[in-house]
Amino acid sequence: MSTRALRACQLLSPAAVFRHTVLLATGALILVPFVWMVSLSIKPPGEIFRTSFSFWPVQFYGVENYTKAVTQAPLPRYLGNGVMICALILALQMLVCAPCAYALAKLRFAGRDTLFGLVLIGLLLPHQVLSLPLFILGYQIGILNTYAALVFPYVVSPFGIFLFRQFFKSMPDDVVHAARLDGLSETAIVWKIMVPTALPAVIAFAIFSIVSHWNDLFWPLIAVHDQSLMPPTLGIMVFKSEEAGTDYGPLMAAATLVVLPLIVAFLAAQRWFIEGLAEGAIK
Amino acid sequence: MREPRASTDACHELSSRDGASTFRCPAASKALGRGLREALAAWILAGPSVFFLLMLYCLPVIGVFVIAFTNWQFGAATLSFVGLANFREVIADEDFRSSLRNTAIYLLIVVPGTVSLGLLIALLIEGGKSCRSFYRAIHFLPFMATMSAMAIAWEALLHPTIGLVNQTLSAIGMPAANWLRDEHTVLLALAAIGIWQNLGFAMVLFLAGLKSIPKDIYDAADVDGADLWLDRLRTVTLPMLGPVSMFVVIVVALRVFASFDTVKVLTQGGPGHASEMLLYTLYRESFEYLRAGYGAAIAVVFLAIVVTLTLVQAHLMDRKVHYQ
Amino acid sequence: MASVSIDGIVKNYGPTPVLRDVSLSIADGEFLTLLGPSGCGKSTLLRVLAGLEMQDAGSISIGGRVVDGLRPKRRDVAMVFQSYALYPHMTVAANIALPLRMRRLTAIQRLPLVGRLLPGRARIAAEIDMEVTRTAKSLDIGHLLPRKPGQLSGGQRQRVAVGRAMVRHPAVFLMDEPLSNLDSKLRVQMRAEIKELHQRLGGTFVYVTHDQAEAMTLSDRVAVMLDGELLQVAPPQDIYGDPSDRRVAEFIGSPKINILDGVMRERGLIDVAGSTLKIDAAALPGMHLSLGIRPEALHLADQGGQSTLTGSVRMIEHMGSDLFVHLDLAGPDQPLVARLPAEYGPRITPGQTLHVGIRPERVLLFTPDGRRLRGQVELSRASVMPLREAAR
Repeated sequence: MSTRALRACQLLSPAAVFRHTVLLATGALILVPFVWMVSLSIKPPGEIFRTSFSFWPVQFYGVENYTKAVTQAPLPRYLGNGVMICALILALQMLVCAPCAYALAKLRFAGRDTLFGLVLIGLLLPHQVLSLPLFILGYQIGILNTYAALVFPYVVSPFGIFLFRQFFKSMPDDVVHAARLDGLSETAIVWKIMVPTALPAVIAFAIFSIVSHWNDLFWPLIAVHDQSLMPPTLGIMVFKSEEAGTDYGPLMAAATLVVLPLIVAFLAAQRWFIEGLAEGAIK
Repeated sequence: MREPRASTDACHELSSRDGASTFRCPAASKALGRGLREALAAWILAGPSVFFLLMLYCLPVIGVFVIAFTNWQFGAATLSFVGLANFREVIADEDFRSSLRNTAIYLLIVVPGTVSLGLLIALLIEGGKSCRSFYRAIHFLPFMATMSAMAIAWEALLHPTIGLVNQTLSAIGMPAANWLRDEHTVLLALAAIGIWQNLGFAMVLFLAGLKSIPKDIYDAADVDGADLWLDRLRTVTLPMLGPVSMFVVIVVALRVFASFDTVKVLTQGGPGHASEMLLYTLYRESFEYLRAGYGAAIAVVFLAIVVTLTLVQAHLMDRKVHYQ
Repeated sequence: MASVSIDGIVKNYGPTPVLRDVSLSIADGEFLTLLGPSGCGKSTLLRVLAGLEMQDAGSISIGGRVVDGLRPKRRDVAMVFQSYALYPHMTVAANIALPLRMRRLTAIQRLPLVGRLLPGRARIAAEIDMEVTRTAKSLDIGHLLPRKPGQLSGGQRQRVAVGRAMVRHPAVFLMDEPLSNLDSKLRVQMRAEIKELHQRLGGTFVYVTHDQAEAMTLSDRVAVMLDGELLQVAPPQDIYGDPSDRRVAEFIGSPKINILDGVMRERGLIDVAGSTLKIDAAALPGMHLSLGIRPEALHLADQGGQSTLTGSVRMIEHMGSDLFVHLDLAGPDQPLVARLPAEYGPRITPGQTLHVGIRPERVLLFTPDGRRLRGQVELSRASVMPLREAAR
């Protein structure tokens, strides 16, 4: 251990006290909205509108609030939609992006640079800018207000192609040559050799994809208006405007249920999430 | 066996350099065939991506530009090209200007706030050995929490009477406010939420930057006498983070620039137009007022700003490579 | 200038011992090299000496002053790192000036803007500039002062790192494999310059390397380390010719020393690989011994007999001035490398049976646990090969 670390490790040194104090304070501030949300979700209406604050309710009203949240609004349906949409998008993205990334990384063909340029342009374009033509496209092929409308703009992910290409490129060419000598087809090389080897990139991409589509509000707002098709982000917004902000308990219970899946997954696989999301957001 | 192989290779090289000379080598046609097969396989593998990239990215982006030059409205049977009229209207529109102004103010609060707090927290976390991943996880939490749901929690926090914020303020004798309904405070409130959400992201980027500083440089600073906290920060840490910091500023700015969820869920741009921001205006004009031409013009402006920021970032990334 | 005394240093990384009770005194103005394979703890010892790491036990004095627990800054040592560890954002001038700025300017004087206004700062800054320029000139990097490290070649960076170390005239110079990032030609050149620097400055140098040639050519004494232990501390020629431990003998020299298993038959006679050598050794009959024979201690013999080994030629390596002949000896698994003059080349072919004679006085005897067995006939330093060749 270095002297520096030794100096810092003395738990009661002023520097360490300062560090922990500040980080605990900022950490607590960061957590306030989460705590407040959960707290309100287990309180009866009377306590919510009381001006004195305590985290734990005098009368535990969690069961009622959460029951109301899942029965009054089609919350389970929203959550199911969210899971389905995310899974579908991810599956399609993998299916479309991985072979393309392999071609870009390991094959020589005319137009490769042009194709890569296309991917980079795609990387540059914010999806919101494209929403208007995509909306028209969805209208033209008659899929607006269906699950397909929620999925189709994301079938190809320039980021996915880019990320996989980087990863595939770092693998030695000899692996590909050996696989060809062993009689594997190019498609088989993609799915049996490249993708399994690139598992870290696949996981990072999967997390990035799932988190961004689970949390996306902009496109669902445009693409669907049937409540039965709504993902959780949109559903909770509708729930809120229907409740008109008066019945906080069930609303907070619903919000908690929407936020919960990702938070639990995050706490279980922190490192992967941070890597995946940081990489994804940088592009 | 060696001789013919070598000549094939030579042919291959020739053919790749100069297509006309291929026919001179008997083995060249075989090599060419291999090249064709590889190209064919590549295009088959990349085909779906190419199709969707063209359909979902290229076509739409061209579409946006085309629509921006028309007076088309959703559902209208006819349209005509109006040249730059939409852009002139956009620039003249007081609502759009205030939207742009709000976005700029929001950006100017959130980006410095996020970056400086993110840096501070990253420095503190990296400054000790204990509880690193715990602190990192807590501060990163908001970045991946579903914003439309968290916005509802924030609304409750900022509620004028029962919200924790006002209760705390009145408890310490400070004036309370109706944060989201007052045109003077609404941007500030949204900015606070923006910082809350993106802080962890900046922190993670800075942590990565801190990790990449070679330990030898700190050792050298120790031996050279720059061993006090402030000296180390000034001689090593901050200068070495310089390129990363510029990068973080741009990346955070890009994210903050595309803020939409909080505006949509909490304020709908109100009160008045006090919290209108660019992306929300784009959404409202295009999909609520169905003014496609006008909305597309806003999208073009939005795109121009994003592209500018991204190009600045790419330029900085090049510079960063120069640094080492 | 100062002597260094290292006393009983112990250092563990978790359960792994890195330094096991290392003691060593270095004289004022001495050039001492810590030599050993990677992972032997030599760099850790240097870092403990610098104060970058804390020993778990033991004590260090520099110039008669105990420095345990002192920060590196207070130890009056300077260090040149393997990666040079130059500050990439600072110019060469600023890099070299930093140690002086940190010592001569107060914290307030170092502040940007405000510091410039303080009295006395301008004078000190001018002094520092002058010393930096002088140091840079002496290292022939005066023209590089306004550049940044990123624009310099490896050799130039190395000089800047040396400049940063020598500018404040430390009592002890610590160098951690400073040449290992250079290409081989430049390495030889910089080696000479470091030697010259040591002679010019006259400071105490502690130099860490895994390269025998550097250790042999530069040092007054070499300390050979293995697995966190100091095996031998001696002048280079003794390290080569009079190793006190079998591991030292095996580590130093290229090609590696031949180690043959032998048994003491009677006083003055040792059975080895189907032959009998006439060597006087302080061992009892029947005792097993290891014989260390340097390749150059062998010569071509016309016929077998006493003090001669016989084997079949497996491989011949032509080195220009010499031949390295690899022999398979009669005994199980006993290869032997002999270094013979190049003119024998045409006469030796693979598969051929060859007799090589041994000069008994050049045989190093080790007990089975690797300790050197002394007491054999005259092993004088005079009989040891010249340094130049040892370093090859």
